[in-house]
Order: sequence, then C-alpha cells, then structure tokens
Amino acid sequence: MKQIPVSLLTLTAGVAVTLISLWVGQNHGLLPEQASEQAPLVDGLFNVMMVIGTALFLVVEGALLYFLIVFRKREGDEEDGIPIEENLPLEAFWTAIPAIIVIGLGIYSVAVFQEMGGLSPGHTMMAHHSPKSTLVAQAPSNDSPIGGDVMPLLADAEGVEEGEAKYGIGAANQSSKPADLVVNVTGIQFAWLFNYPEENFMAGELHVPVGADVLLNLSAQDVIHSFWVPQFRLKQDAIPGERTELRFVATKPGTYPVVCTELCGSYHGGMRSQVVVHTPEEFGEWIEQNRVAQKDTNQTIASNPAAMTPSEFLEPYSQEMGITGDTIAQLHSHP
Amino acid sequence: MTQAEVSIPSHATEHEHAHKAWKWYDYFTFNVDHKVIGIQYLVTSFVFYLIGGLMAVAMRTELATPDPDFIDPSLYNAFLTNHGTIMIFLWIVPAAIGGFGNFLVPLMIGARDMAFPKLNAIAYWLNPPAGLLLLGSFFFGGAQAGWTSYPPLSEITANVAQSMWILAIVLVGTSSILGSVNFIVTIIKMRVPSLKWDELPLFCWAILATSLLALCSTPVLAAGLTLLLFDINFGTSFFKPDEGGNVVMYQHLFWFYSHPAVYLMILPIFGIMSEVIPVHARKPIFGYKAIAYSSLAICVVGLFVWVHHMFTSGTPPWMRLFFTISTLIVAVPTGVKIFSWVATLWGGKIRFTSAMLFAVGLLAMFVLGGLSGVTLGTAPVDIHVHDTYYVVAHFHYVLFGGSVFGIYAGIYHWYPKMTGRMMNETLGRIHFVMTFIGTNLTFLPMHQLGLQGMPRRVAMYDPQFATVNQLCTIGAFVLAFSTVPFLINAIWSWSRGEKASGNPWNALTLEWTTDSPPMIENWEVLPVVTNGPYAYGMNGRSAPAEEEVAVSSR
Amino acid sequence: MQGSTIDPSKAELNSYAASEAVGAHEEHPDLRVWGLLTFLMSESLMFGGFFAAYLLLRGAAEAWPPEGTEVELLLPTINTIILVSSSFVIHYGDKAIKQDDVKGMRKWYIITAIMGAVFLLGQAYEYATLGYGLSTNIFSNCFYLMTGFHGLHVFVGLLLILGVLWRSRRPGHYSSHKHTGIEMAEIYWHFVDIIWIVLFSLLYILTIF
Repeated sequence: MKQIPVSLLTLTAGVAVTLISLWVGQNHGLLPEQASEQAPLVDGLFNVMMVIGTALFLVVEGALLYFLIVFRKREGDEEDGIPIEENLPLEAFWTAIPAIIVIGLGIYSVAVFQEMGGLSPGHTMMAHHSPKSTLVAQAPSNDSPIGGDVMPLLADAEGVEEGEAKYGIGAANQSSKPADLVVNVTGIQFAWLFNYPEENFMAGELHVPVGADVLLNLSAQDVIHSFWVPQFRLKQDAIPGERTELRFVATKPGTYPVVCTELCGSYHGGMRSQVVVHTPEEFGEWIEQNRVAQKDTNQTIASNPAAMTPSEFLEPYSQEMGITGDTIAQLHSHP
Repeated sequence: MTQAEVSIPSHATEHEHAHKAWKWYDYFTFNVDHKVIGIQYLVTSFVFYLIGGLMAVAMRTELATPDPDFIDPSLYNAFLTNHGTIMIFLWIVPAAIGGFGNFLVPLMIGARDMAFPKLNAIAYWLNPPAGLLLLGSFFFGGAQAGWTSYPPLSEITANVAQSMWILAIVLVGTSSILGSVNFIVTIIKMRVPSLKWDELPLFCWAILATSLLALCSTPVLAAGLTLLLFDINFGTSFFKPDEGGNVVMYQHLFWFYSHPAVYLMILPIFGIMSEVIPVHARKPIFGYKAIAYSSLAICVVGLFVWVHHMFTSGTPPWMRLFFTISTLIVAVPTGVKIFSWVATLWGGKIRFTSAMLFAVGLLAMFVLGGLSGVTLGTAPVDIHVHDTYYVVAHFHYVLFGGSVFGIYAGIYHWYPKMTGRMMNETLGRIHFVMTFIGTNLTFLPMHQLGLQGMPRRVAMYDPQFATVNQLCTIGAFVLAFSTVPFLINAIWSWSRGEKASGNPWNALTLEWTTDSPPMIENWEVLPVVTNGPYAYGMNGRSAPAEEEVAVSSR
Repeated sequence: MQGSTIDPSKAELNSYAASEAVGAHEEHPDLRVWGLLTFLMSESLMFGGFFAAYLLLRGAAEAWPPEGTEVELLLPTINTIILVSSSFVIHYGDKAIKQDDVKGMRKWYIITAIMGAVFLLGQAYEYATLGYGLSTNIFSNCFYLMTGFHGLHVFVGLLLILGVLWRSRRPGHYSSHKHTGIEMAEIYWHFVDIIWIVLFSLLYILTIF
C-alpha cells in the first residue's frame, strides 16, 4: 500500500471525516427526548458509538467508492491486477484498532450499565422489609378493588417470594435506600395494569411525580410482555413466573408512551398506555382524586371484582385501544 | 489451478460421454449427484423466498396505515412468524449452505461427489415436506408466536399450527445436521491430494466453519423445540411457570442455536464474497489466512454471545455484561473480513459484472449492518432498542443487504457453471439497481422508527410513525418488483442464454477446470492443483491467454 | 433430529454409490466411521440440551424430586450394570471379526443384542410400576423424556446390531478387512452407553443427595 501518498489530500479527508463524525454524533436527532436520569447516560454511549460508527462508515464506504472508480477495468484491458496478497502491518493495524475500540466500548458500556442501576436489581430487597413498604406484600388482599383479581393469583402461582425481583434495572449506585414510590405493574393481554399498593388503587396509566425515585415491580399474568418507555430509555420484560423490576427517576414533566415490546398476541401492537410525569403537587392531586374514585367504586359496585373477567375489567380501556370486549373474549376462548 | 490437463481429454471423449448429463426430469427425482442436489436446493429455496416475500409485502401493506385495516391481526402475526421462519430456514440457510455448498464444495476440492451422496439427497428431501408443513399450518391459523416462538405465547395460541411449525423446524434442522456431517467429512477427507489446506478456496473454509457451527448448535434447538412440543401436546410443563417450569430456559435453548444461526446465514455468504471479488477484480484475495481463520474465530466466539438477545429478559447483571463484551468481540473478525475485501479491490481491474455489483453492494450495506450491530451489542443501548424496528433494520441490513445480496452475487457468478449459459447482464444491472434502492428505502428509515419508539411485530402503531412507515412500504414494493427482472433473466437464460465456456470469468478455482455444466462425476481425469486459488497476476499469469480458456466447441 | 432418522446402516449403501458407474475411477476410502462420529458429536449435544434443561429446572425447584415422587434404584442399577457390561461384550465381537472369526463375532453380538433387549424390557417394567406418568410433575416430565429419548437410541442400536447379524449370515460379507458396519454398530452402542451413564448419574444418583 506504499502507493497511497500521505498527502495533504489524505490529511484533509481525515480532518473532514473527524469533524463530520463529531457533528453527526451530536446532531443525528434520532433519539427521542430524554425524560429520565438514565436517558442521558444511554444517549452518551449511543452518541459515542455514532461518532465512531460514522467515521468508520465514511472511511470504509469512501475507500470502497474510491477504489471502484480508480481501479475499474479500462476498455480493452484484459490483464490481471497487482498481485498483492497480504500486508502484515496493515492487517495487524485493522485488527488491533477495532479490537481496542470494542474493548473501550465494552468498558464504557459496563460503566454506563452500572450507573443506570443495571448491576443492582433486587438490591432493594431491604426496602421491602422496611415498614413503609410492607404494603407491597400486603397489597393483594381482598379489599384491594381490582388488584384482588390479579395479584393473589400471581403470588400463588409463581412460587416466587414476594417483592424479590431478581432481574431488571435497580437503584443507581447500588444504594439500598427504599424507593419513594412503588408501583406494581402487571401485563395482561393486552393492557398494563398499574397498582399503587400504598394508596391501594389500580390505574390504567402510570402516574409518577418528577424527581421521585420510582420502583416498578413487573409481573405478567399470561404471556411475556415487555415494558418500555422510549423517553426513559428503559425496558424490561414482564415474565410469568419471574419478578422483574425497573427503577428510575423521571426528570421532565410530560406524557410519554408506555409500549409493550414483546410479541404477546394478536393485539400486541395495541398494548400501549401512557406514563404521566407530574409535578409533585399535581401528583398529590391525582392520588387524591383516585382515592375518592376508588372508594365510590367500592360502594357502588357490590360484585366481587375478583370475579371479573379480563374483558370486563378492560371495558373502560377497550375503546381507546380499539379492541372490543368481544374480541378479547374470543381471544381468551381460544385454547 | 490448471485447465490444461483437463480440457484436452474431455474434448476427445466428449461424444462418448454425451449420456453423462442429466435430463430435466432428473432434477425432480431422488438424485444423488451433488450438482443436482445443489440446484434442487437453490430452486426450491428461491420459491420459498418468493412466498416469504409475498408475506412481507402483505405486512408492509398493512403497515402503510397505523390501523389494522388490511389483514386480520392474527393473520398478520402468522405472516410475521412464517416470513421469518421461511426466510431463515427455507431460503437463506438452504440456498447458501445446501445450494452453493453442495454444488461447489466437491468441484472446488476436486472430488467426484460428496462423501455420502445418498445422505445428501435425504437431507435435501427433508426440506420440501418442511415447507409444506409451514404452508399447511395456515389452514389451522398459522403459528403466531414469532419465529422465536417464546412460551407461554406459543403454548396458548394456535396449537396445531404451532406443532406443525415445530415439526417443520425439526425437519430442516435434521437436514442441516446431515448436511453438515457430509460437508465436514467431505472437506477434511476428500480433497484432491494436490490441494493443500492453505490453498483450499475460502468458500470451503466458510462451509467448514458453518458446518461445525450447525453441528454444535442445531441439536440444542431440537432439544428446546422437543420440550415445547411436549408441553403443547403431551401435558408436560417444562415452560409452564405455575407448575415448576421456566419460561426463560426456552430462550436460552433457543438462542444457543439461533444466534449461531445468524452465522450459518452469513458465513457461507462471506465465502461467496471471497470467491466472487478476486475473480472480478482480477486480484489475489487480500489476507487469505486472516479471512480463513476469522471464519473459525467467528464460529467459536459466535457460540458464546447468545444472551445478547435476552438483555431485557430474565437475565442477571453479570450475564448482561459478559455477553456485551463477547458480542463486541465478534465485531473484530468480521471487520477483518470487510477490510480485506475492500483491500482486495485496491489495485485491481474491476469488472462491473452483475455478480460483482451485488458483491460490492453487499460490502456497502454490510458495513452499516455491522455498525448497528455493535450498538446493539452493548447492553445499555440494547435495553432501549431491543424488540424495536431498530433491530428489524439491523438484521435486514445483514440478512438482506448481506445474505440475499451474496446469494444473488453467487447466482450471477456460478450460473454459467450450473447451466452452461450466461445470464443477461443488462437485466442483471436493472435487477441490482432496483434491489439496492429497494433495500435502502425499506430498511434505512426503520432505524429511526425503532430509536423513536416503534416496537416490532405490531400490526397497529402510533400514528406519529405513519409517514416513515409509508416510505418503508414503498421500498418493499420496489423490492418485490426487483425480483421480476431476475426471474425473467434466470428462466430465459436457462434455455436461451448465450452459451458459456468452461471458464467464462477466467477464474482459477477448480470448479472452472471442467465443462459448464460439469459432467456427471465432474471430471474425466481429476485435476492437479498447480497454483493457488487466487493467483491472479502471479506466476506469469499477468496476461491470461485466451487459448487457456478454450471453449469446447459445441 | 431423532437419532432414528438416520439409521447408520443405511449409510452403508451411501458410500459412493455413484462411483459404480465409472469403475475406472479411484474409490475414496470408506468414510462412514468419520460420518458417524461427526453425527454422534451432534447427537450428544442434543442430549446436552436436555441435561442443561434438567439441571436448570432442578436448580430452581424446592424439592427434587417433588415429594411423593420416588425414584426406584434397584432395577435401574441392575439395568445399568447390564448395559455397561454389554459395551465390553460388543467389543469382543469386534475383536473376533478382526481375527476373521465371524462365528465368534455373531456369538458376542447376539449376547449384546439380548442384553440390550433386557435393558429395554427392564425400562418398560420400570415405567409400568413407577406410579407416576409423563405429565405428573416437572421431575417426571424430565424423567420420562430423557429416559424415553435414550431408550429410543438403545432401540436403534439394537436394530443396528440385528442388521449386522442379518448381514453376517452371508459368508464373506464381513472379514478382518471389511467390517465397517460392525464397527459402526459398536461405536453407536458405546455412545448409547456413555449417554446412559451421564443420564443415570443425573436422574438417579443425583436425586439421592
């Protein structure tokens, strides 16, 4: 490869590639807004990879195009090319550089993963035994209006100790401080149910206060679901028979989508909900409203909610999901 | 390698051996000739490619609007399941390994057939029933749990169809194991004596690595699917959590095979690349040893990366981190191959034949697929984009931009050898341009969809993604129509194309030392290897003499 | 991917059938043993998949086997001794044919076949008397699946041995130079034996602790 002159041209190209890559890394605009403490960490890693990726892409594709144009066969030229079979320094170079890059990226990912709380799922076990959180374990009692439908079943069926999540994203910095807010999230075909154990009510949307340390205990009743909030950059499967968790601090008030990302049946695509990040005051109001509403429900509906079928329960939500109760009933009647 | 020893005797004895060619109907029978089997694999798998492609078109039509208004969501799920299954198990794997592997390996190593010809035919004939099972499953609603078929979903939806799906996979898996046994023994034991290991064509290295990988991983999938089949039909509870089973265990068994399956689909393609590029660039392959050993390295490391498909599943932190690192390491040998091919182009005399266009197109797109693969390999980013359209974009760049382009390159390159006729270059170029535009139009925007928040495997989606989805749908239609010029070309050229000489590309590997199409038993007298498979411009070959590639006069 | 789908005795026909047409061509050496060994490597990994699944489920369970599910030990131990010693018996058959002693080979192979049949009958008797079925609980799921799958392999091995015996009726079919079929049956039998030893340790011995 001696023929390639290390000329001003190459240098300029190198500088240009570097500048373009750095610019692309910051301005690709591919990621949605950041609304959790984890989001900037993930984006930082992604952007670094975007810079390196753009540079590699430009260099390889540039070389490819350049070679294709310069070394195209000319009219009437039937000869073979230059017989170069190998070049040890060059090969060592392009083995070593990617190796160093990926090792660097590996170390960086480990750091990011740790900072996200990835190393400490289940470390909040302590929290569950603190007086405040014992409610978590007690929540699925009969006086919980709708939770009674789902939670005891899960607790019986799983044989998993309550509150002990083994997998997921735990507290950042591996602190064993109890979370400010615990929400039990249950995935069923095709909806998310959010149970607020401390307040003893159930909602179809997730509401959290901004800046609070929120712990979601994920479980699934029928098949695997996956809980994803793109703006939080967080995702964790809700798995039948396993307890998983997600812990986060929302940093920006607003309404963000909650999406199921694990194929869970025909209406998987319709299994969408919302997470509403409130200011603390708004959140308090919302809690208050729901407490009242649930009390009313308790008084007016004498029927045992535990006897409700999923389609009955889903009735209020079905319209917004575009599914009728009949569809769900049909789906459930399938073997 | 040399042509001289071979072409002369075959000339003299041509009329005596006129009967040594297969008739058209032989291709529809239980034939043990590796060349017939190779073509059977290629044609069958292409038919399934078209079927799987139609499913994709139906899905993309559905996704042109956010609402599920074109097909029933259950049918949509059946399509996405069978699209994936067919494209993997009945198109890319059988075409790349079964098709090219069977046709080329014995020819490249100077053997008269595979080590176990009957076993080879049995392996092929397991494929059509598997395909029929998959298609037949649509009478029972079609398997709807995705090609990954995770329980519990796969255990509670469309049980009959799901069981048929399992049987189909077990059949093609058996076929793949039998094929691998055959390739390994053939390549190790049946090389013509003058062919040394370091002169073995890189395609054979790739097939050897692929076979080893298939041999180690496929049985584990078979075990996992057997458990699933028993759970569905015989009342066991391996994957039923309320009876002591474990749902995540299935994912481990599944991905222990199915991640290596990715390499089963790309390693043979890498082999095709290493054959096509030197011939049409008129250059020795750059870094022969690096390419050969990197295949083996990918094969070994590839066995230990499967958990990166489960970063958001029930996996403990150490597992997520260990597999992040191992996954990133795979990028190194893959990068070595890409760089080596690009370097092969340097200083060449590049001929832009259709085969070369597809090979270069592959290089251009695989780079992007590889880079998005690195981002997916790191746990933090994967947690964000797992099971989204970003993943769909990534694997279509490597499997469509990679494998399918490679298969097309291989077909354009070896079509003259297989049929004795040249393909039409103009139609080939039209095909390339349409495919290249279609692929990028379909799959490039999907990166953005995934990053922004669109999950995969959905029949209905948030209306904010509608515009970009429409772009993808247009691309899918371009892709669908791009097969038309190819089909016309392939069918027309088979009977009407310009006659091909034994060595139309003036290539050096052994398969070009015999007639096109090769006679039964491949050679009159086995060839003797006198120079390396890629010795372009070497040993005084700088001006390839025309007489050396003398066409047997017909 | 059942072992039964390719009966290695069929492979005997496979060895280079095409070459018959052109007698002048040099035959390649008999590669069936290579093929079988490669295939068995793959097969052992299928068992490996089952073993891994079994250990995973066992690790997650509170009691293994669950209460009320007793594993019998006496009969399986006798069965194990029979199967393991049959591996030595079959080896004598291989030794005999290497000295051109077809009669001796037949004798040892017949004994092996009987031992294999006894093993299968013992297994069937065990199934019939255990008191739990395939779908009783997670342990019985594993138990029946793994022993059943192994039993299928013993059955195939038995067929191979019977095939060898059938062929050996023709004088001169096997000799000290030409006994690949015999060798393959032996290799397969050893494989079945090794798998059983692992299986026995996992399913029976490990449950004691």
